Amino acid sequence: MKHRLTFAAKKLIRMFFLLLGVSLVTFMLVSVSPLDPLQTNVGQVALGSMSQEQVEKLEAYWGMDTPPLQRYMGWLSDVVHGDLGMSLLYRQPVASIVGERLANSLWLLLFSWAFSGILGLLLGVIAGTLRGRWPDRLIRGYCLLISSTPAFWLALLLLLIFSVWLGWLPIGLSVPIGMEASAVTVADRLRHAILPALTLSITGVANIAMHTREKMIDVLETDYVLFAKAQGESTLSIVWRHGLRGVALPALTLQFASVSEIIGGSVLVEQVFSYPGLGQAAVTAGLGSDLPLLLGITLLTSVIVFGGNLVADLLYGVVDPRIRRGAARR
Amino acid sequence: MEPILQIRHLSIDFTQYDQGVRKRQLQVIRDLSLSIYPGQVIAVVGASGSGKSLLAHGILGLLPYNGHMEGELFYDGQPLTKDRMKRLRGKEIVLVPQGVTYLDPLMKVGDQIRKGKKDKKTVQRCRAALERYGLEPETETLYPFELSGGMARRVLIASAVSQSPRLVIADEPTPGLDLRAASRILGHFREMADEGAGVLLITHDLELALAIADRVSVFYAGETIEEAPARNFLDGEKLSHPFTKALWQAMPEHGFVPLSGSQPYPGTVNRGCPFAGQCEKCTPACRETAHIPLQRLAEGSVRCLNVEKETVG
Repeated sequence: MKHRLTFAAKKLIRMFFLLLGVSLVTFMLVSVSPLDPLQTNVGQVALGSMSQEQVEKLEAYWGMDTPPLQRYMGWLSDVVHGDLGMSLLYRQPVASIVGERLANSLWLLLFSWAFSGILGLLLGVIAGTLRGRWPDRLIRGYCLLISSTPAFWLALLLLLIFSVWLGWLPIGLSVPIGMEASAVTVADRLRHAILPALTLSITGVANIAMHTREKMIDVLETDYVLFAKAQGESTLSIVWRHGLRGVALPALTLQFASVSEIIGGSVLVEQVFSYPGLGQAAVTAGLGSDLPLLLGITLLTSVIVFGGNLVADLLYGVVDPRIRRGAARR
Repeated sequence: MEPILQIRHLSIDFTQYDQGVRKRQLQVIRDLSLSIYPGQVIAVVGASGSGKSLLAHGILGLLPYNGHMEGELFYDGQPLTKDRMKRLRGKEIVLVPQGVTYLDPLMKVGDQIRKGKKDKKTVQRCRAALERYGLEPETETLYPFELSGGMARRVLIASAVSQSPRLVIADEPTPGLDLRAASRILGHFREMADEGAGVLLITHDLELALAIADRVSVFYAGETIEEAPARNFLDGEKLSHPFTKALWQAMPEHGFVPLSGSQPYPGTVNRGCPFAGQCEKCTPACRETAHIPLQRLAEGSVRCLNVEKETVG
């Protein structure tokens, strides 16, 4: 148990430095961005009609009169005290915006993550087991096609088919338009989440299926599978007993590593579906030079992605007997 | 008595890609014939890379997808077809593989021996098999990485023979073990033969093979070059093939004389005797004869053009 605690502690220290680095890089990128926050958010015409005094006030609001390093240090000291600051665009605390957006996105992310993981694993195992036969070719073809399709384009395609032509599903947003917030049911929310979740799942499947297939093929070519065959085990039993076991560890890593891809994908997909989630907020904050909000979102997603990888690392120790027992005996 | 396994003119070749595009057939075993009777240990002895393991996999019908086998196999007097092999595999015909890599690293030993069955009979059989080879019942709960080399070998034997097989194919069961452990492992194979099973022992260690085998077949570059009773190997004069003689002379108690040169890679010899390059008695005919046949001798057979002359002279 002790080694696992030290392992977790080391990881947490690493996460701290990672977050520091990520926030610094985000800050620098926004600082060197050619976007002028005043021109973007206020507009050229409005700016022209303002007095010098008003413009200076606005510049102060957007932080343009403070040197970047000083701004960053100010932001950092606030964060250390638990204050993520106020969003410049929404005029609300960053924490509350991020919380609300995350609640919207979480279902989307969780569903796509779980669905793409399970389906990807299943397809990968089937393809690897039946290597070279038609199910394999079909699955491989599908994966290659999907891998080379941009997520936003797929989103548009699904939108076109299911919302515009067939009219089965809403074209966007997370709740029906023009409905009172209290009247919105869970069913309404689900209906609105189907298409974005589907898009994210479909793109996520390809990667996982292809990796699982490769690993499955590796396992089926091992000495121990040959011995299992020599022992008279059927293909089904070999896949079930040895194949899944061998695939489980890399699948675990892959599954938790795919958290980052799902989050990355959600930025574009939420944009297409006007889905008011974390991804869309990130785009808005980035384009509108809303630094505190952007930094808040970046930090949160970094924590989620890092947490995913950390969980995978910890689970490895639980699942793999060589690590579990080997480390326990040391 | 009828042989339990009869192999007639077995050849195994592989389809390979040369420099990426040119397809070629790589022949690793050529024209091999062998008979195993119940109660016998037949040793196939050859250097590494002479195609020995493939022989085991070929008999079991477990060649990789690019492998191709020709020739006839008879089990119990009946042709050994693919379907029949499938039914017999792991029951009447078992493989004892080389080492710990043949155990699933992520599965406990007990589960592997029981092959996923959990009924009482299987559990008992598993216990009994482990006990027979001197392994504690706790071995069941260990993972392969927790076994020593000798234990792993015994686990492999136990899991192969827990079904009381009639034909045992042992593929290099001893490398990496010290002499005592190796002799003990080989002793188990002798035991199985004494109980009535036929044992095909594939090894590179002539000395160990001689300790338990009834007959020895010497393998060179994918061909059997001599097949003789094990006792003939006690006396170098009784051996016929120049390579077998050289092997005999290379044994520590017979002078430790090394043989210069090395065995050609599979597929590089297309005609003539594969041993020609290392043979002192090589004649032009040895290199030119397309396929040197196996000649029957009084007690065995040999694949050499110069043998008759010698025995006569």
